[in-house]
Amino acid sequence: MARLSIQKTYKIFIGGQFPRTESGRFYPVYNSGKELLANMCLSSRKDFRNAVVAARKAFGGWSSKSAFNRGQILYRIAEMMEGRKHQFIAEIMSQGSTQKQAEQEVQTAIDRCVYYCGWCDKYQQLFSAVNPVASAHFNFSVPEPTGVVSIIAPENTSLLGLVSVILPVIAGGNVCVVLASESKPLCSITLAEVLATSDLPGGVVNVLTGQLKELHTHMASHMDVNAVVYARENRTEIKAMAELCSLNVKRFFHWNHDWKLSSSENPYLILDLQEIKTTWHPIEKIGASGSGY
Amino acid sequence: MLPLPPNVHHASPIDQVGVEERVARFNTRSIKKESKMQGLKMALNMIDLTTLEGKDTVGKVQQLCYKAQHLADHLLDVPKVAAICVYPNHVKTAKKHLGNSGIKVASVATAFPSGNSNRRIKLLDTKMAVDHGADEVDMVISRGEFLQGNYNFVYDEIAAIKEACGMARLKVILETGELSTLDHVRLASDIAIAAGADFIKTSTGKIQPAATMPVTLVMLQAIKDHFDRTGIMIGMKPAGGISTAKIALQYLVMLYETLGTAWMNNHWFRFGASSLANDILMQIGKEQTGAYYSSDYLSKD
Repeated sequence: MARLSIQKTYKIFIGGQFPRTESGRFYPVYNSGKELLANMCLSSRKDFRNAVVAARKAFGGWSSKSAFNRGQILYRIAEMMEGRKHQFIAEIMSQGSTQKQAEQEVQTAIDRCVYYCGWCDKYQQLFSAVNPVASAHFNFSVPEPTGVVSIIAPENTSLLGLVSVILPVIAGGNVCVVLASESKPLCSITLAEVLATSDLPGGVVNVLTGQLKELHTHMASHMDVNAVVYARENRTEIKAMAELCSLNVKRFFHWNHDWKLSSSENPYLILDLQEIKTTWHPIEKIGASGSGY
Repeated sequence: MLPLPPNVHHASPIDQVGVEERVARFNTRSIKKESKMQGLKMALNMIDLTTLEGKDTVGKVQQLCYKAQHLADHLLDVPKVAAICVYPNHVKTAKKHLGNSGIKVASVATAFPSGNSNRRIKLLDTKMAVDHGADEVDMVISRGEFLQGNYNFVYDEIAAIKEACGMARLKVILETGELSTLDHVRLASDIAIAAGADFIKTSTGKIQPAATMPVTLVMLQAIKDHFDRTGIMIGMKPAGGISTAKIALQYLVMLYETLGTAWMNNHWFRFGASSLANDILMQIGKEQTGAYYSSDYLSKD
């Protein structure tokens, strides 16, 4: 018997929920054969604002989870992605990749989750220091997450680029609002479905689809955003955003790695979104026996 | 000479579905740009900046008084709030630190928030607030008595407190979250108005749900009916749960379309809120600087 096909409605992901854009706008995405793949939400600046509110709300909880627990949740993301592997592969192929390329991309993306899962409770030791000082103080520096991060995901991949820029940000205890690839957006919303079922608290990752040209100034100027990660190559946008970031001295990073390569995964990306806190702790000096901490 | 209590056996029933549909209609109004800014400033000017916690200290009240007068000095053209709202034991402090700023001091009284005490103690509570200089008294009705059908008790109590208030304006808190139906809300509003309330107020803020738009609409309608009958204006104060600028504007739309411009000022309409002020300031900040604002630049209390 003939059956009505059930198409997926691609919405956006804010605060752990899947609303449509408040603007009600959409844009069509086609495959190379000019067939309609989906109508994606054309997110507005108000969606971005709402996402920042959701992210800020989630920051306290996510950043104060134990590093070990964050690692478990990142591993859970990998598990959920593994379960949806075929869906990701199908989506990537529909957006113009061969089967082999698609399989490779999904596999690398899942492995990257496991990679950053491992770093969740390790980068702290690597980037912390006990500093020698010329007074009776125990002086140490530790990294702490910077806060809410705007991320502009790479344009040329649907899944791999996206996870490669989200993971180092959240592994370090930050929360983010990410704008997915405009021309290859399908996997971003499927990834959001993965995140929603991975014990990741709502609001830690918020995913918008739409056009960077209408959102980039707001993503850079929002006073409640603490850093911007930009992973595309438009020089004009980079300049405009870097300038706007100075409004509240946001950190601005241009990540231009080839995300297919394993060299693009490293803990220094986590470090980019960390602030170093140095503490001076008074210690007692007991005679000639050295410091007493 | 008090007017007669409303005839509780002939109270008009409320059409809940109709009320909700009417409210949904208010929420579709689009208010942008200059009118939005005007609306937001009006809402700021209508706020009773509130701290009603067991842990309130002199320092907290002092800080709140400062905030009431200096909401955000780095933004242009920001109005002051209408009043600050505290427990009776903090009225003196508030009065002292508000000085001649024109900001009123409202005090809750009558065994707030439960109202479970006897008349003598409630009157003393009210007197204490008034003697210490409160300009306004926010009393709670005895919900238990109301729900048992002792409407005369509720009426007499409000009338007695009103007398104790002297020159202070009396706001009567119905605590609608405990009244369970809109019919009850309407009846309690009618009783409060008849007994001499200057304001009727939705909630203490200690019970969920606090102020909602349907409940507020029913109360506004009671005020309108009373005005149509007698020509006497009564004020309205939704309190609790109104935390965003967007919701505040929706309330103003409802106020405008139900009671009209005569009520659109802080003599006749108040918001009982603590976090609303900052959300409105964030919107004003966005309008003045062009960038979405952060609460990092506003004081928390």
